Amino acid sequence: MTLHPTTPDFKDNAHRALHDPELQKALGHVQHGFIYKRQSAVERLPEFKTLRESARDLKDHVLKNLDLYLETYERNVAAAGGQVHFARTSAEACETIVNICKSHGAKSVTKGKSMVSEEIGLNAAIEAAGMQAVETDLGEYIIQLRGETPSHIIAPAVHLTKEQVEGDFRRVHTHLDGARDLSEPVQLLTEARGVLRERFLAADVGITGANFLIAETGTSIIVTNEGNGDLTQSLPKVHIVIASIEKVVPTLEDVSLLLRVLARSATGQDMSVYTTLSTGPRRETDPDGPEHYHVVLVDNGRSAMLGTEFEDMLRCIRCGACMNHCPVYHAIGGHAYGWVYPGPMGAVLTPSLIGVEKGGHLPNASTFCGRCESVCPVKIPLPKLMRHWREREFERHLTPAVQRFGLKIWAFFAKNPGLYSFASRAAMSALAWLGRDKGRFASLPLAKGWTDYRDLPAPQGDTFQAQWRKRQKEARR
Amino acid sequence: MSAREDIFANIRRSLGVTGNETTRRGAVAQRLEQTPRGPIPSRGQGSPAARLATFIGEATRVSATVVVLDTAQAVPEEIVRFLREANLPLTLKHGEDARLSALDWQAAGLEVATGRSDGADLNAVTHAFGGVAETGSLVLLSGADNPVTLTFLPDNHFVVLAAADLTSDLESVLVKLRRTGALPRTINIVTGPSRSADIEQTLLLGAHGPRRLHIMVTLN
Repeated sequence: MTLHPTTPDFKDNAHRALHDPELQKALGHVQHGFIYKRQSAVERLPEFKTLRESARDLKDHVLKNLDLYLETYERNVAAAGGQVHFARTSAEACETIVNICKSHGAKSVTKGKSMVSEEIGLNAAIEAAGMQAVETDLGEYIIQLRGETPSHIIAPAVHLTKEQVEGDFRRVHTHLDGARDLSEPVQLLTEARGVLRERFLAADVGITGANFLIAETGTSIIVTNEGNGDLTQSLPKVHIVIASIEKVVPTLEDVSLLLRVLARSATGQDMSVYTTLSTGPRRETDPDGPEHYHVVLVDNGRSAMLGTEFEDMLRCIRCGACMNHCPVYHAIGGHAYGWVYPGPMGAVLTPSLIGVEKGGHLPNASTFCGRCESVCPVKIPLPKLMRHWREREFERHLTPAVQRFGLKIWAFFAKNPGLYSFASRAAMSALAWLGRDKGRFASLPLAKGWTDYRDLPAPQGDTFQAQWRKRQKEARR
Repeated sequence: MSAREDIFANIRRSLGVTGNETTRRGAVAQRLEQTPRGPIPSRGQGSPAARLATFIGEATRVSATVVVLDTAQAVPEEIVRFLREANLPLTLKHGEDARLSALDWQAAGLEVATGRSDGADLNAVTHAFGGVAETGSLVLLSGADNPVTLTFLPDNHFVVLAAADLTSDLESVLVKLRRTGALPRTINIVTGPSRSADIEQTLLLGAHGPRRLHIMVTLN
């Protein structure tokens, strides 16, 4: 049931993305919008640095005691009248949810935004069971109309231009006046609001994800801006929450801490518009809210990450800051990564969840510039984790032969410092001499991948090692 | 083995634990018992007057509108003023909250209905449980007093917040809630009117929830 990953074709995907003019235009919004907004929010809060450290420590504490907090959470959900279901795999999670929907005779299911529901391929499972699944987050709704997957974990339609969205609305909303003006984003938003309002009111089951689960109270939390998640979970008679096991936190205080770093890192807001804590189904005297409350907890490979060098990745609170700041993501967008999670967090998580055989290319697309780690609200050492995947890929002989050969040559020189120094000096002098007129190379043999996109400056002066020795000598004088 | 047993067994195997360690159980029980706070930003702290000023500043920053009223009795007239200015019909829905039921809506010229919303209501008023100065957020509780559908379905959401219920940070209001006993079905922390930036990162107000959020802080 899980979405078929195109991750093994990462190189081709990336190549296509680089040559897609509409995608490149849309990606411009990521670079400029998100980075500036986050920076402004961080500057407005002097305590941000301390908050990040506390957030990291809190998540580490939870992971070390995950079994105990999950037990507490489960007990308290039941005490509030809800029901917790456990699912080892995507297939189990889908089956559980489909069965709950069927047991209530559901025809129409509305959905709030949930990345884990993308991970398990939930929409396809619901449709296969003869029910309709309607995404209600504006971005998710747009990509559902297009039959696409999200290209960003918090801005699923960030790869699209407004003209593309207009085209989709005209194609699908055929009951509306064909001559209507849809040239502005606000007109598109208003149209989606109207269309989806009817879906909210007609739904039998509402499914949301959870940003956090609170052990102390058996509460699930969604954090949204549009209000679609709340309409999804408040109007139908059944509310199903789907969440992965590492989302649990101990107390209300702990959630407050994580909320302070989440929105700032994600969209640069101090708080998202709607932070909703849901505990159990509606009470006897409540005039609204769902009559049934289910939580489906998905493992899908996460328990196996505990106790390994990839445990740090389970701290992730899915803010998207790492991709917003990633030069690779800026260049190719999210779809090239070929599965659900793009950017640096995806490059680390994807091989854990679908296997290094399929996901091993992703950690190779990094310059290790370190921006992702520097903005991560829970301080995940993403470059280090990507390096671990490269090592594993190499150990398991999954690296292509040419690359292995290249690495061997490099290793040979690196282990013979005298030879390395001699060879690099010779190569540099040759390049400096060849490029002496223009000062740069527009093309070089064996380096087309570089020179196709920019010129290589001709080396000037001595090698790094030679300059270093010289400086050391001068400093000693 | 059931999925549940399998997952717990996997977690414990990966962590190298059995689940019966007294030190781990003790640490978890202690955290749940003592509920330690993380660092609290200084932004929302200060005297009640300073907190109110911060609250107004932050709520305005996220496109809510805020007025301060001397008494709750002034609420109906304020809503009428707002609706007239926006050229909207003088209709309003509210729940069973005694503080709202006690107000004289008819005298102000409002046509009032009570109960949950089915999507046909243009305007609604709810009473907040608390407010958070640090972020300009409102804390609303679902239930018969203030049905959750009134917070999300109407186009224009009016919220009454007693100045005495305004706290400096989220922790303070949640602790207050914990002390009142069992939590309601939903706690809605609302920070500004609904919005979306899903189309070309252009921020637009009025996505699926209210287009306007008008907060009335009552001093007495």
